[in-house]
Amino acid sequence: MSETILEMRHITKDFSGVKALDDVNLIVKKGEIHALCGENGAGKSTLMNVLSGVYPYGSYSGDIVYKGETCQFHDIKESEHKKIVIIHQELALIPRLTIAENIFIGNENTVMGNVIDWDLTQRKAMEVLKIIGLEHENVNQFVGDLGVGKQQLIEIAKAIAKDVELLILDEPTSALNDEESNILLELLLDLKKQGITSIMISHKLNEVSRVADNITVIRDGHTIETIERNNNEEIDENRIIKGMVGREITNLYPQRNAKVGDVVFEVKDWNVCDPEDAGKKIIKNVSFKVRKGEVVGFAGLMGAGRTELAMSLFGRAYGSNISGHIYKNGKEISIPDVQTAIDQKIAYVPEDRKTYGLVLINDIKWNMTLASLNDRFSDRQVINQDKEIHQAEDYRSRINIKASSVNQKVESLSGGNQQKVVLAKWMLSEPDVLILDEPTRGIDVGAKYEIYTIINSLAEAGKAVIVISSEMPELLGISDRAYVINEGEIAGEISGDNMGQEQIMKIIMDHSAKRGSLQ
Amino acid sequence: MSNAAANVSNEKQMKEHIQQLKQYGMIIALVLIYAIFAFLTDFKNAAPMNVNNLIMQNSYVVILALGMLLCCLTGNVDLSVGSVVAFCGAIAAIMVIDYHIAIPITFIVVLFIGVIIGMWQGFFISVLGVSPFIASLANMLIFRGLAMVALNGQTKGPLPADFTIVGAGYLPQIFVNIGGMKIEMLALTAGVLLSIVIIMMEIRSRQNKKKQGFALPALPMTIFKLVVIIGIVNFFSIKLAMYMGLPMVLLIMLALILIYAFVTTRTVPGRQIYAVGGNRKAAALSGIKTDRVMFWIYTNMGLLAALAGIVLSARNASATPKAGDMFEMDAIAACYIGGTAVAGGSGTVTGAIVGAFIMGVLNNGMSLLGWSVDVQRVVKGMVLLVAVAADLYFKKKKSA
Repeated sequence: MSETILEMRHITKDFSGVKALDDVNLIVKKGEIHALCGENGAGKSTLMNVLSGVYPYGSYSGDIVYKGETCQFHDIKESEHKKIVIIHQELALIPRLTIAENIFIGNENTVMGNVIDWDLTQRKAMEVLKIIGLEHENVNQFVGDLGVGKQQLIEIAKAIAKDVELLILDEPTSALNDEESNILLELLLDLKKQGITSIMISHKLNEVSRVADNITVIRDGHTIETIERNNNEEIDENRIIKGMVGREITNLYPQRNAKVGDVVFEVKDWNVCDPEDAGKKIIKNVSFKVRKGEVVGFAGLMGAGRTELAMSLFGRAYGSNISGHIYKNGKEISIPDVQTAIDQKIAYVPEDRKTYGLVLINDIKWNMTLASLNDRFSDRQVINQDKEIHQAEDYRSRINIKASSVNQKVESLSGGNQQKVVLAKWMLSEPDVLILDEPTRGIDVGAKYEIYTIINSLAEAGKAVIVISSEMPELLGISDRAYVINEGEIAGEISGDNMGQEQIMKIIMDHSAKRGSLQ
Repeated sequence: MSNAAANVSNEKQMKEHIQQLKQYGMIIALVLIYAIFAFLTDFKNAAPMNVNNLIMQNSYVVILALGMLLCCLTGNVDLSVGSVVAFCGAIAAIMVIDYHIAIPITFIVVLFIGVIIGMWQGFFISVLGVSPFIASLANMLIFRGLAMVALNGQTKGPLPADFTIVGAGYLPQIFVNIGGMKIEMLALTAGVLLSIVIIMMEIRSRQNKKKQGFALPALPMTIFKLVVIIGIVNFFSIKLAMYMGLPMVLLIMLALILIYAFVTTRTVPGRQIYAVGGNRKAAALSGIKTDRVMFWIYTNMGLLAALAGIVLSARNASATPKAGDMFEMDAIAACYIGGTAVAGGSGTVTGAIVGAFIMGVLNNGMSLLGWSVDVQRVVKGMVLLVAVAADLYFKKKKSA
């Protein structure tokens, strides 16, 4: 355990004058799991890209010493040759190729030069699948038919097929649910026993403190410290947070002083069917209500139907064969399309900001006003550009979006700041009811805190807020009350002292069991 | 820390400068290409008559490029426009020559037919979800065929003077003799007036920016820009004044350019087009009816194709079934040379117009040099390739 496998010394990398890494040092020991923590934009991914040769030798300064020899990688092939494999956050799999084809892509088993030996490929693929615990999968099925969790494992299988010795994982669990994350983390521990060294970049401190032997914290392109685990003792998560954000966050969830009022938004007997299959019910007889100034959580496992419920309510943006009643301030309303939802002062902040929330190639002000152009920023279809700039500027400073101006393109912002732009976009539509779908996914601790503060100020301003979150501590921390959703139904409701992770899990289990016995 | 911040803002400024230069880069490239051909043709391409031809020959490409820009902004193209130009030109000629229908009524009917054709295309694209490439490819074949059938494969002409004025006529002319040269005063005055308007607008824009507290663009840069633009405007107006004055199509073209520039930059529908092209899902979740946007974009293209059909047959004083061949390619090329993103979501009217004129100057210059059509195609293809490749190269460099 004490032998050093990798040492990165005084790594400095700048992008046209801006230092992304400034004299960063990293020491990784053979056979350990080394976690790399830091906020978004701290330089973790940059450091790993330097290591794997994505940024070629010469574009940075400093030394990479791997197994006692100084390396100069000019591209990924060279680092892979040394059995260093990087798995990026975005999966690099080809959905319409089979598992076996994907595992050996770029690393084919060939005979006579370039002819692929399919028998060997399949046999070897099966061996690799056994190592990662997927021996029951058919190596000839399409990767696209697997769930995200298994796809992530296939990425690891690809690395194993390359005889990996140093595995780098960039946010490997960001798209996975708890169960899938669990499997992945167990696999990492398993690989460790087989002598594979891993470097894991992660935001999720519970995962880091569970599997990591050593943790290096990076902030603003500098190494802050390396925390060692001694004799299996607990790692102090607060110490990591402090290192990441540079200050102590005493309370993860800020206090709220909102006055809860009358029921603003109520849904009764809401039913939604699959858009592709009008006979398949996705949401069944859902009824709930939200009060003025209240933050209501929608808890549940991934795939429970929470996003589908929210989107079907938001102008039928999802589903077919929709039935049920929506009441706003006690009066029944109908919302046939998204524009009507906006007119009825309902807002939906989608879970995947890049796909559903933002037009990345356009600037901040442009994105912020997109949902309220008709109502607030135009006169007879002509846009009032001055008003647009002023209001956008106002919101930028109000919710602290870090950007040079509202003319900056959204694609160049960090995840947390992008999320704030989407929030501002829907705050600008002046809604009474806000549905926030996974509002803190993929953003760092500091930005999360700021998002919670925004949610609080919205509730304090008398808005009804619905929060969908798969992170249970977060959901419990920010909601006044929560509905537990399971398999498209409301399985239960928790509030007050009754709010805890165990209660949520118990409600889900009971509900699933009851459904199972009914069928 | 503050040092790093200063670095960031410095880089930001650099980026903005590069961005601005890119906008002017195309105009500079246009002037440069024109200058090269002036040199090669012994300044034949700067002769008053040729400048006049340059505008008249280019008018249809400009008109089509305006509509095509909207398609390209959504990440699509319309391949049918050349055929629709021929078909609408044919209908116009048949109505006027065979049925003696009054010319204003003919124009209205033909424009209306263009709208119907656009709606037909829009129906398949937005209601049935046929990809625009396929739908317009099919319509390219359909309307070329229909144009052949309507005209029996023959050229129909000549069209009366009241018709041809749209494509080959001039605005009222006031000739004055200055130093033994006949000068048309209306064109000259228009050039001067336009220059004044441009300067006033720039001053107003700067004042407005100052009032709002925004950073002003560097003064030398602005002056340089104004000199170039006013130079181009007056070059054209003086040359036109030395020939026959202001062509009718120039008026049509300018009016359309102003309308489309305004719609794309300042109105809600314009925004919606960019949003649909930039991220269709996000646009839909922002309350934009994306299918409806697509429908109107293709309807609009049909209208402009009909207009181009009228202008083309007016200029030729006849309609032929082969008219408008490859026009769609010229219009698409104009948009992409003008910096429109192939994936959609970004591009400007100015860019498309400059792109159209780059194509036009190339066409015109090579014709003056007597180069064959085959060689001309090779050169135009190369220019398109180089322009788009250069654009991508600089983008890559910027993001690295």
